[in-house]
Amino acid sequence: MVDGAAAIARGALDAGCNFYAGYPITPASGILAHMLRELPKVGGIGFQGEDEISSIGHCIGAASAGATVFTATSGPGLSLYSENIGLAIMMEIPLVIAISQRLGPSTGAATASAQGDIQFMRWCTSGGYPVIVLAPTNIPESYHLTKRAFKLAKRFRNPVFIATDKDTVMTTESVPVDEMINAPDWPEIPTEPVGKPLDPYQINGTIHHYTGSSHTEEGYITKDPDIIAQFNERLKNKIESHIDEISLVKADLQEGADTLIISYGVSARSMEAVVIQLRSQGEKVSALTVYSLWPIPEKKIQDCLRGIKRIIIPEMNHGQYRHEIERLVNRDIELIGVNRVDTILITPEEIMETYHG
Amino acid sequence: MVEPVPDTYITEENLPYEFCPGCSHGKVLGALSESLKQQELDPSEVVIVTDIGCVGLSDKYFITHAFHGLHGRAITYASGIKMQNPDLNVVVLIGDGGCGIGGHHLLNAARVNTDVTVLVFNNFNFGMTGGQQSVTTPLASITATSSIGSIDAPMDIAGTAKVNGGGFIARATAFDKDLPGMITKAMNHNGFSLIDIWELCTAYFVPKNDFGRKEMMDYMGTLNMSSGILQETDRPSFQTSYNHIQEQTKSQKPMSGLVLETKFSSELDKPLRIVLAGAAGQKVISAGNLLASAATLSGLWTSRRADFPITIQTGFSVAEIVISPEPVLYSGIVKPDIAALMAPEGKAKITRLMNAMEETDTIYYAKGLGDVDSKAKQLPLNFPDSTIKDVRKNIAVLTAGYLTRQLNMFPFEALKEAVRQIQKPKIAEINLGVLSHFE
Ligand SMILES: Cc1ncc(C[n+]2csc(CCOP(=O)(O)OP(=O)(O)O)c2C)c(N)n1
Ligand code: SF4
Ligand SMILES: [Mg+2]
Repeated sequence: MVDGAAAIARGALDAGCNFYAGYPITPASGILAHMLRELPKVGGIGFQGEDEISSIGHCIGAASAGATVFTATSGPGLSLYSENIGLAIMMEIPLVIAISQRLGPSTGAATASAQGDIQFMRWCTSGGYPVIVLAPTNIPESYHLTKRAFKLAKRFRNPVFIATDKDTVMTTESVPVDEMINAPDWPEIPTEPVGKPLDPYQINGTIHHYTGSSHTEEGYITKDPDIIAQFNERLKNKIESHIDEISLVKADLQEGADTLIISYGVSARSMEAVVIQLRSQGEKVSALTVYSLWPIPEKKIQDCLRGIKRIIIPEMNHGQYRHEIERLVNRDIELIGVNRVDTILITPEEIMETYHG
Repeated sequence: MVEPVPDTYITEENLPYEFCPGCSHGKVLGALSESLKQQELDPSEVVIVTDIGCVGLSDKYFITHAFHGLHGRAITYASGIKMQNPDLNVVVLIGDGGCGIGGHHLLNAARVNTDVTVLVFNNFNFGMTGGQQSVTTPLASITATSSIGSIDAPMDIAGTAKVNGGGFIARATAFDKDLPGMITKAMNHNGFSLIDIWELCTAYFVPKNDFGRKEMMDYMGTLNMSSGILQETDRPSFQTSYNHIQEQTKSQKPMSGLVLETKFSSELDKPLRIVLAGAAGQKVISAGNLLASAATLSGLWTSRRADFPITIQTGFSVAEIVISPEPVLYSGIVKPDIAALMAPEGKAKITRLMNAMEETDTIYYAKGLGDVDSKAKQLPLNFPDSTIKDVRKNIAVLTAGYLTRQLNMFPFEALKEAVRQIQKPKIAEINLGVLSHFE
């Protein structure tokens, strides 16, 4: 019996995280409590900042000195992380951030799940540079995707989000022990960094400068348009040219199906329940769970479209991912959203009704 | 220590400074270089963390490590660097503007006593953005944003750090002969140190207010805020205190999930969705945990959601438990099979759920909570007579016991085993006593 907060914290610790700073917010506080209790036991540091800005600032500072860092918050806290996420992108700091989504806007409903921050995570800072976002649907995936997030952050020297929600983080569930221990058969993330490895501040180490201003590869401020262009293109391309490697989905396709259901996070569980039910009634239906929400796994999504006339997309927002999928598919495929923003998880019955039209 | 000690810690190739003629910033950088020389530090032992503003241009002039982050946040990065590598000497260069927007970090770093040194380049206005008023702008000063004189009381930066417990706090001017020595003292202090260094912005504040070196000294005099050490304490630094925490917790077991081996069996052939609806203080969630754990011990799949107001000690407390022979995919409950009412708060909270219940579903209610507007069967929670004394304090665990007896989900033994495995011995003893009424 375990909840998502414990699974995420355990995943971070097993990934070698040795520094955590965060500020309490429902429904992410469980992760903070676990990390602050566990880290000193293993010689790491856990710190409760005076606010989210300070917390992420501490993480970025510690990472520049060689720490493997982690923080977690919810939508309101992500607003305060915003500027520093840009700094981490610019300094190329590996930084894992779990967002336990609650219902917005504003304070909204603190103890209710939502998936309303999917676009916010992607576009959370100025400049529009890419980040990686992974979304677990259950507790074992929360553990394994957290570990994966650390590998991606290190490899790409970039912020990586774990997009989760109140229900995944705060619901206690029975989970088979072997699903926690055995890694799913996901392709490995190579360990060597894309570009230069991070060189932390060290006594007797190479002297270097980290800066949030446009800079040369050596860390000195520059106004040279050619150098700036090259640098910024590299920030974009280091992620976008590796989409295939980052892309992670679970495609459960059925020969002859003309309906595909696409979902992610907690809503994907309702999708799974519906698929089992439909197939037991002799219906043919395909399903796609998207784990790597950003960058969008375009190819993997397009690979699922053969024979598909209709796509149903359940998500707890007003259609934030549906609009992304709209760009990727032919106009003759019908797109239907199943959307809820009222604190209640999307039910299998609602998806079923949509399926039957 | 380094040999030979560099003549200066300033990168000659980047000179001259970009600052305006007469700007005090360069003077303070010279004093910092002089102090590093006094301390004979290897450049790789020092990280200079600069804020934003004209002062933020300083990082590129040093042969040490440097970090140039966001406006007002320099202290947070410095503190993170020091926490991760306490052997580094971490110095923050920040303006009065940075101390305004990041004032929260300043006073909290003083409280936490994190072992960094903060040098405030306090020139009474925002230099870089065109001479606007800052938190330290003297009353009635002319700035780009106070055209006929500022009306806000100036902040005492050193005083603020002092009252918040910073270990070493001093005030100085860019013209002080012993500024390098003062910086050395600050850096050698084990804990938070700050020097509020008053200086001149010759582009804006000086010409607009006729505020030169002499006027600044006079101003200090009138306020009775002259140079010198304001506070020196031996309060342990964050680093020292946290080392104790690490020492104390080192031998504690790392966290692990709660592993429940299957010991019992169940004949349940379809999912059962149970809602326990009570009030804060009734231990409703913990009763939900018992049912879920007992089901897990019986080889079933379970999920347990909790719903309660943010102020958890008042109002409703609702546990939603799904118990199923198959993995639980949808963990929410829109239509319970079973609802148990233990308090009016819980009853009111689940009105919507009870409205959705059908004839085949059952609502069990505690005394006085019957008569629900629902199609579901309604039955009283008929606890054994011997439990009268326990009902008030232990209604939730009694309800768990009662439902276990009524519903045939798993053996009663499984519930008792769950009590033994997941509850603290003292509480387990009480609850096993309560459950014994059902035998
Ligand atoms: C979040 C944010 N807001 C505003 C700015 C614009 N800005 C740059 S420097 C500065 C003020 C700097 O004043 P001060 O800290 O006193 O440094 P000085 O230039 O006087 O050395 C401001 C407001 C910014 N960089 N970031
Ligand atoms: S604007 Fe003021 S603070 Fe900035 S360099 Fe010029 S004199 Fe110095
Ligand atoms: Mg200033």
